[in-house]
Amino acid sequence: MEKRLLLGDEAIAQGAIDAGLSGVYAYPGTPSTEITEYIQAYCRKTGAGIHNRWCTNEKTAMETALGMSFAGKRALVCMKHVGMNVAADPFVNSSITGVNGGLVVLVADDPSMHSSQDEQDTRHYGKFAMIPILEPSTQQECYDMMAYAYSMSEALKLPVLMRTVTRLAHSRSVVVLRAKREENPLEPVNGSRDWVLLPAIARRRYAGLLTKQAEIAKLALESPFNSFKAEAKRYEMGAIACGNAYNYLSECYPDGIPFPVLKLSQYPIPQETVRTMAEQCESIMVIEDGQPFVEEQIAGILTSECRIIGRLTGELPRQGELNPDIVKVALGLQAMPHSDVAENVVARPPALCQGCGHRSVYEAINIVLKDYKNAKVFGDIGCYTLGALPPYQALDSTVDMGASITMAKGASDAGVFPAIAIIGDSTFTHSGMTGLLDAVNENAPITIIISDNLTTGMTGGQDSAGTNKYEAICRGIGVDPEHLKVVVPLPQNMEEITRILREEIEYHGLSVVIPRRECIQTLARKAKAKAQKQ
Amino acid sequence: MKTDIILAGVGGQGILSIATVIGQAALEEGLFIKQAEVHGMSQRGGDVQSNLRISDQPIASDLISLGQADIIIAMEPMEALRYKEYLSTDGWVITSSNPFVNIPNYPDSNKILDELRGMPHLVLIDTDRIGAENKMTKSVNMILLGAASRALKSISFEKLCDSVATIFGSKGESVVEMNVKALKIGLNCK
Repeated sequence: MEKRLLLGDEAIAQGAIDAGLSGVYAYPGTPSTEITEYIQAYCRKTGAGIHNRWCTNEKTAMETALGMSFAGKRALVCMKHVGMNVAADPFVNSSITGVNGGLVVLVADDPSMHSSQDEQDTRHYGKFAMIPILEPSTQQECYDMMAYAYSMSEALKLPVLMRTVTRLAHSRSVVVLRAKREENPLEPVNGSRDWVLLPAIARRRYAGLLTKQAEIAKLALESPFNSFKAEAKRYEMGAIACGNAYNYLSECYPDGIPFPVLKLSQYPIPQETVRTMAEQCESIMVIEDGQPFVEEQIAGILTSECRIIGRLTGELPRQGELNPDIVKVALGLQAMPHSDVAENVVARPPALCQGCGHRSVYEAINIVLKDYKNAKVFGDIGCYTLGALPPYQALDSTVDMGASITMAKGASDAGVFPAIAIIGDSTFTHSGMTGLLDAVNENAPITIIISDNLTTGMTGGQDSAGTNKYEAICRGIGVDPEHLKVVVPLPQNMEEITRILREEIEYHGLSVVIPRRECIQTLARKAKAKAQKQ
Repeated sequence: MKTDIILAGVGGQGILSIATVIGQAALEEGLFIKQAEVHGMSQRGGDVQSNLRISDQPIASDLISLGQADIIIAMEPMEALRYKEYLSTDGWVITSSNPFVNIPNYPDSNKILDELRGMPHLVLIDTDRIGAENKMTKSVNMILLGAASRALKSISFEKLCDSVATIFGSKGESVVEMNVKALKIGLNCK
């Protein structure tokens, strides 16, 4: 059997390919991006016809995948945790329509916010939609679970949610591969109204989902990915370790864990197992990355005196990613001897690249806004969020994809002047266009800067959905062509850029300024690829 | 036998390439591997690290515990110090001596070197000078890996060279040759 050294993300991608995948649908987002990139590289190399083009946002990705499932084929949707907020409407309703071809929704959480604005735990969404949730603990499980998830999805006629975390998504290990399964034939849903979610039909479908819950629970109880080891005797403590938290627990006991452990990688929580454990143990420590999802629910399952400890009781920190040292402390174990933290070390925050076009944009904003002491600048999600840090310190807010335009409008409605939005090209097509229409409809006196670097930069230079279409999109939405300006963000153009910004701020209606210059990272990559070809 | 390695540097210095080369070589040696990387925002000129664990036995955690690292391999001296408390009391630090100053409050580099000299075992390599002398400024990360290879007891030097050929193969013969040469120069550094 073939062995490969794969990132968790790559193992998921290879697992989906080998499970007979027909399409991957995603918007780039750390730490999920490499799944789609791996499938794209696989298709370039082998000529396989798996759909793999990037989507405009997570909602379009989720809906398109559901359409592929409707047609009978296996589809994969990938996103980062906050992407699920965007995809939530079709995601939750996909548990009501159910699926035809297998559908796996892969969400990569980012505890400790390495590259994110919150650390929400996607398992809540799975519970909310009442579907099975898988949480791999190893790269091999990432791979193995994909075939399992597609079979389960097609057997239950429901989507399956798989949740990973940064540490697994971005960590490599050796993975053993299986033989590849063929893709499903085209067999669309036929002659059924089940997918037409009119209230009368939706009520019937929801009743069906409720009926399936017992079967979903039984699957988790018997899951090959969950395990429970205990001898028939009393213990001072036991542990429930979810997904990759199981690795940290194992790391603390190289000679074997000396108390009962439920390794939890498939949900809903197997209640019978937890009850059995509680009867044997005086306390149960719940070790889970993300939010206390299991810890909160366990209290409702147990009737015994067993004490539950974890993130809620303070033995484990309420916030942030777990690691072996944190788990060690919680278990009352000693760390290895080690030195203190170094003295001569300071933080080295990320920064915009030297030569990046966003730099000229922020420089221009700061020059112009010296004359407007009450100005507020509403930022967005991308490399250019780094404009909040020194040397620019130019942003007053960054919330979610698209919020720059809408927040600028809201602040302007309240009387803020000037209200300026800065948003990247990919973020604009992801979630900025609808907000622009709101602003256009009221001719809101705000200045919107679409800093266009012709790519999705922060995640590594993926295609941007609107490239070469921004002026047309803005005009189509109704931006006055007189107040739609394009500039080239280079230091030598500073005078022109600042003049245009000043004019558009002074225009008391809606303006859009598009500074456009290719990301120097993608430009360098293209030049390199070209040189290699020659 | 288990080897726990922390790789450290600044985004763009080639830390992840070092990790990939060691990982591929370990795969060829039939060893168990876990290698956690940093992707995304921090790659933009921020500090970047990778935890690389190699063993002939299965490995549980993707992350290395305090006091457990056998080796710190760093492309930058302050970045080597950043993981000081993770180094075992008998561990090795193999680092470039060349500061990468892209922040206004970078500490006094003599103090950094003094603190590094206080660590159990230190190999300081002037990678900038060696890279320039040998006209291989783009392969300084492989010079460092070559220097660190003596501490990677479970992986033979030949396997590292094979791994470079596998990883850089798609970039052409001359790129492979340059990087293998860099490994050899590093191996002979003191």
